[in-house]
Amino acid sequence: MSQAKEIRPHQKKALSTPDVLNWLLDHAMIIIILLLAVYVTIRVPAFIKLPNIVNLISLTASRLPMALGVAGCIVLAGTDLSGGRMVGLAGFLVASVIGSVAGVGGVLLAILVVLITGAAVGLVNGFCMGKFKLHPFIVTLATQLMIYGLYLTVSNSKQIAVSSFVSQPMFYISGRPVPWYVLLAVIITALMWLVWNKTTFGKNMFAVGSNEEAARVSGVNVLMTIVCVFMLAGALYGYTGFVEACRIGNSSATLGLSYENDAISAVVIGGVSFVGGTGKISGVILGVFMMQLIMTAMTFLGISGGVAYIIKGAVILIACILDMRKYRAKK
Amino acid sequence: MEHAEALLRMEGISKSFPGVKALDHVQLTVQAGTVHALMGENGAGKSTLMKCLFGIYHKDEGHIYLEGQEVNFANSREALDHGVAMVHQELNQALKRNVMDNIWLGRYPKIKGLPLVSEKQMYADTMRVFEELDIHVDPRTVMSKMPVSQRQMVEIAKAVSFHSKIIVLDEPTSSLTEQEVDHLFKIINMLRDRGCGIIYISHKMDEILRISDEVTIMRDGQYIATRPAAELTKAEIIRLMVGREMTNQFPPKLDTVGQEDIMRVEGLTAEYSHLKDVSFSLKKGEILGVAGLDGSGRTELLENIFGAATRRSGTIYKDGNRVQNRTPQESIKNGFALVTEERRATGIFGILNIQENTVIASLKNYLKGVLLQSGKMSSSTNEMIQAMSIKTPSQKTKIQSLSGGNQQKVIFGRWILTNPDVLLLDEPTRGIDVGAKYEIYQLIQRLAEAGKSVIMVSSEMPELLGVCNRILVMSGGRLAGEVDADHTTQEEIMTLAAMYV
Repeated sequence: MSQAKEIRPHQKKALSTPDVLNWLLDHAMIIIILLLAVYVTIRVPAFIKLPNIVNLISLTASRLPMALGVAGCIVLAGTDLSGGRMVGLAGFLVASVIGSVAGVGGVLLAILVVLITGAAVGLVNGFCMGKFKLHPFIVTLATQLMIYGLYLTVSNSKQIAVSSFVSQPMFYISGRPVPWYVLLAVIITALMWLVWNKTTFGKNMFAVGSNEEAARVSGVNVLMTIVCVFMLAGALYGYTGFVEACRIGNSSATLGLSYENDAISAVVIGGVSFVGGTGKISGVILGVFMMQLIMTAMTFLGISGGVAYIIKGAVILIACILDMRKYRAKK
Repeated sequence: MEHAEALLRMEGISKSFPGVKALDHVQLTVQAGTVHALMGENGAGKSTLMKCLFGIYHKDEGHIYLEGQEVNFANSREALDHGVAMVHQELNQALKRNVMDNIWLGRYPKIKGLPLVSEKQMYADTMRVFEELDIHVDPRTVMSKMPVSQRQMVEIAKAVSFHSKIIVLDEPTSSLTEQEVDHLFKIINMLRDRGCGIIYISHKMDEILRISDEVTIMRDGQYIATRPAAELTKAEIIRLMVGREMTNQFPPKLDTVGQEDIMRVEGLTAEYSHLKDVSFSLKKGEILGVAGLDGSGRTELLENIFGAATRRSGTIYKDGNRVQNRTPQESIKNGFALVTEERRATGIFGILNIQENTVIASLKNYLKGVLLQSGKMSSSTNEMIQAMSIKTPSQKTKIQSLSGGNQQKVIFGRWILTNPDVLLLDEPTRGIDVGAKYEIYQLIQRLAEAGKSVIMVSSEMPELLGVCNRILVMSGGRLAGEVDADHTTQEEIMTLAAMYV
């Protein structure tokens, strides 16, 4: 994209048809989702009732930390495919640790183990990207295979039952349980907001994503920044594995399968661009929420799995086309 | 000792790359409180010398002293911390971030006792620097929303914010208007009064003579001379730079203009820019200049003719027939060629070699069945290398390693191979040194002589007057007038250029 084109003076004029169209296109994603919500509500009124909304929020909370992690990688103009398998491995580790160490100690140890394991995987991912200049798509494509292989080797593909406080209800709203992981997701999101917006690390992350060379000549440790972004992402996948294993109640080979796709999709729908250097925490939250909303809406409408996938894919494609409008200069 | 007092002293600096000695015992001494111009043709070694200073390249030989202390910076950040800053020609900025995020990148102020960045202090510090420099930019503006000139000011402010003792400005005025140049010079003078040493790299001699105290001239990787600016004239600088007398900046004009019109444009109006209702005609063998201020619609005119921008209305006739030129592809088929303004961004394929860059627009000429014939491509490339005396080790050399002038010649070669009738040239000599400019002028004339027609956009009026037959003057997206290059003055052109501003 040429910068020179952006300095062209814009003629200010009264609100015209193209302006309205532009506004609609800029907000098309939200408009589509709202229309969908209205449509589903008309067809199935229970959709807008409190129990379903509580359910939606819980689902969003379970997937949000993972999306926040991968969002950082995308801000770097990269990506991370290792998330889903990391969730699977973390689920197994959690199940094993909680199964062998009883009580609060076991839970805390489990969390510690998955955070460290996730960060270690992130370290490898980030190091390969930052040091060897590999595209993270390739790096994480390779590492996710290795993680899965590791899981199969150590677990013997056994299912292990697991439970802990995180999936227990904190309180009830209209009879629906609000689990503890909702609170944890709120805390993690708040921390991530601080990290992204108020810390040197966060600002460096955006700078590296926007112009790596500019960051380098300004004295930013680019390698360290990339490594830390991936480590943070890895730790969040580990945490997600902990929550998911407890929520589902066991660890299995399919745990986490294609979670990375869902997370990346949600992040992109939320306006974190693959162009790099842009994105907001609020966008990620919205993106994850929208994904869950679409999936729930489809269940409510009784749409079959096959059609649901087609719609999900279409939504991602449309979101990206709309997003790219912002970066493409018209000539 | 006199030496110890110099702010910066570089001595006996040598640097070799495989096959080339880029610097051969070069010296440079900058006194505090002076503006020191560094001049030389492209490829003379100016930027290599600066890269050695900043540790981007490691010098093979020589010593660098900063206020008498020997220094050896490992990277640009270390140089910055020692008060040596560089404002690059190619602005290195995080465009999606805002002004203050860019200025304090790598050294964000912290909130006391917390690992958090203090936006408040960043804002205040930025405003302080801006006030000092009389820059009127909101520190919260996103970089990509600002014109290049303002981004350049931000970069200068960044250098100042490091309390730099030495600031290197590399072609700082290439994208500035005259008022902005004045502002920049005010800032430079202020920094000089404060005791800073400014190293000023530019090809624009008028500016150099106006702003600098001393001038160091380099040629072919060697130190030639350092003279007080007051004792120098343009002719003298050129003589030192090219090592030969160059009384004429332009080759003598030839009478190449034919009788019949080759192209006619009627009521050209753009969809996404302010280009409005432009009509003119072009004769065979004519060199038609396009003058105007920045933003007057010159580039847009070329892009609309070539189909690189969307046309709203207007018609183009070539050889009497209406042509559509909806896309560059179609325009090339119709015998048009466009040499773009931003060579690096839209001209060269940096990591591809000379041959690939040369034949890319005419690949169909080398097809045999579905395969390209490499022998034929290589002989065409050789032809172009020779015809334009392109200085390159081989045609397998990556184009990004050539100097700007040689890159431009390769791009000319690329379009000549498409055998166009109408060449659209956008700032064909921007960022190119004097010697190479002369060669480009000759090339343009040779093309006209061969019956090609040329439309040439340029910001340098002497160039338009010296090379063109006729000059169109654009203003505010419209055609303000048309002048005969041999009987007009710079004043007349300026008056027309200001008509619709």
